[in-house]
Amino acid sequence: MIPYDFRYYKPTSIKEAADLYQTITAEGGKPVYYSGGTEIITLSRLNLVYTDAVIDIKSIPECQEWGFHHEELIIGAALPLSFFDEKRDFPLLTETAREIADYTARNKITIGGNICGQIFYREGVLPFLLLDSQVLIAGESGVRRQSLKEVFIETLTLKDGEFLVQLTTKKIDLRLPALSVKKRQQWKTGYPLLTVASVKKDGLLRFAFSGVCPFPFRSEQMEVVLNDRKKPYEERVLDSFKYLPKPVLNDTEGSSEYRLFVLKNTIIDFLKKLEGDQRE
Amino acid sequence: MSEKKSKKVTIDMNINGEKVETDILAADLLLDVIRNNLGLTGAKPGCLNGDCGACTVIINQKPMKSCLTLAIEVGDKEITTIEGLLHSPVQKAFVDEFAFQCGYCTPGFILNSHALLMNDPNPNKEKITEWLSSNICRCTGYKEIENAIQAVMTKTHNKNDSD
Ligand SMILES: Cc1cc2nc3c(=O)[nH]c(=O)nc-3n(C[C@H](O)[C@H](O)[C@H](O)COP(=O)(O)OP(=O)(O)OC[C@H]3O[C@@H](n4cnc5c(N)ncnc54)[C@H](O)[C@@H]3O)c2cc1C
Ligand code: FES
Ligand code: FES
Repeated sequence: MIPYDFRYYKPTSIKEAADLYQTITAEGGKPVYYSGGTEIITLSRLNLVYTDAVIDIKSIPECQEWGFHHEELIIGAALPLSFFDEKRDFPLLTETAREIADYTARNKITIGGNICGQIFYREGVLPFLLLDSQVLIAGESGVRRQSLKEVFIETLTLKDGEFLVQLTTKKIDLRLPALSVKKRQQWKTGYPLLTVASVKKDGLLRFAFSGVCPFPFRSEQMEVVLNDRKKPYEERVLDSFKYLPKPVLNDTEGSSEYRLFVLKNTIIDFLKKLEGDQRE
Repeated sequence: MSEKKSKKVTIDMNINGEKVETDILAADLLLDVIRNNLGLTGAKPGCLNGDCGACTVIINQKPMKSCLTLAIEVGDKEITTIEGLLHSPVQKAFVDEFAFQCGYCTPGFILNSHALLMNDPNPNKEKITEWLSSNICRCTGYKEIENAIQAVMTKTHNKNDSD
């Protein structure tokens, strides 16, 4: 049971949603955008989230969009993660999303909710960070399109009242050689010890991580070192660790030493597979 | 739909093939409404955190955790609880294969298995494992539950062959 009540709104357009947010705030209310709702429900139950109005964005057509337009794949923020199992146009997203939570939960958790959530793994963002995707963000002053790289700094940095409408990725990049691996301490579902995703573009590998630090990230500095083919794999990986953002997680899923050990071996596996062009 | 804070709203639900009207708060979980308002106690509260699957119901042909869903979200959708699952071959297979002990997790497992076979009558082993990993059982081994699904598949094949 959620220990308090709230008002529930189901806008059918971007403008209606953004206006509702402003109106409720102006009246002294505390609205939240509601997508899959799984985090809002579970954290509210524990009194870790409070809202007096939820704005469910699932009936906004743009948030449910999926399709190609001008050589780009458009992905609505309110699409559930299990949707990407059925659509195979973006294999790296299918692979990454499949490892989040469990099948039944993926019928409810949405890609936008995963990326905007407080729970810090946000694994769904990794493919988009790797492929320089763009995001469509809506708010009081309308809709803006921006590069994800500019606005995703540990979290998606939204202004008050803004919400994520869509992500777009260039069609030409969707089938680049890519890999995503999630390492868990035990079980087949749930949160990771760590997740590594990589793509190979123009002969160079890109890397993005979740579960290493308390936020997902892509590090171009690490990529420079990891792509230095003159050095052996292990040396490159250990050198690249100098550029790891801080802090490295040290929690019940695993100590920081253990994480770095698993990370080193996972990256070496990736280098062997992707540099050796086994998947090209 | 919008309503004032802490005020009951009346929603129409389409549950087990019947239309019912019930009064809820916007923050009421589907699980609580099914159990407390409609008296359908097959869906069980377990972790209430999306982890155990004891609260699974089928919504528009998909297995969903009713503890992760607000009742107000599903007014226009078709919901099936274990009470609405009459004569599903999965139920008999669970009995024949000893796929439960205390039975607390069983409605969730049966609905998940039923939804799986409804969506894909011939799932491979990987897919069965993937779907079943949404549910936790504290008593049995998962093998018996997988056997129950296999038994339904074998029976369906045999029937199709002899038709
Ligand atoms: C059983 C279970 C297992 C999980 N396992 C994993 C895992 O393995 N890996 C992982 O990464 N995560 C995991 N999670 C966490 C989950 O991905 C996040 O909690 C995610 O936020 C849930 O998505 P949602 O669509 O339900 O979000 P919601 O509950 O709708 O929203 C979450 C937050 O994001 C905001 N928000 C949602 N959509 C938007 C939007 N479009 N624009 C702006 N803000 C928005 C909301 O206001 C809210 O603050 C798990 C969760 C559960 C319940
Ligand atoms: S009670 Fe819903 S998943 Fe455990
Ligand atoms: S039979 Fe007891 S929890 Fe599954």
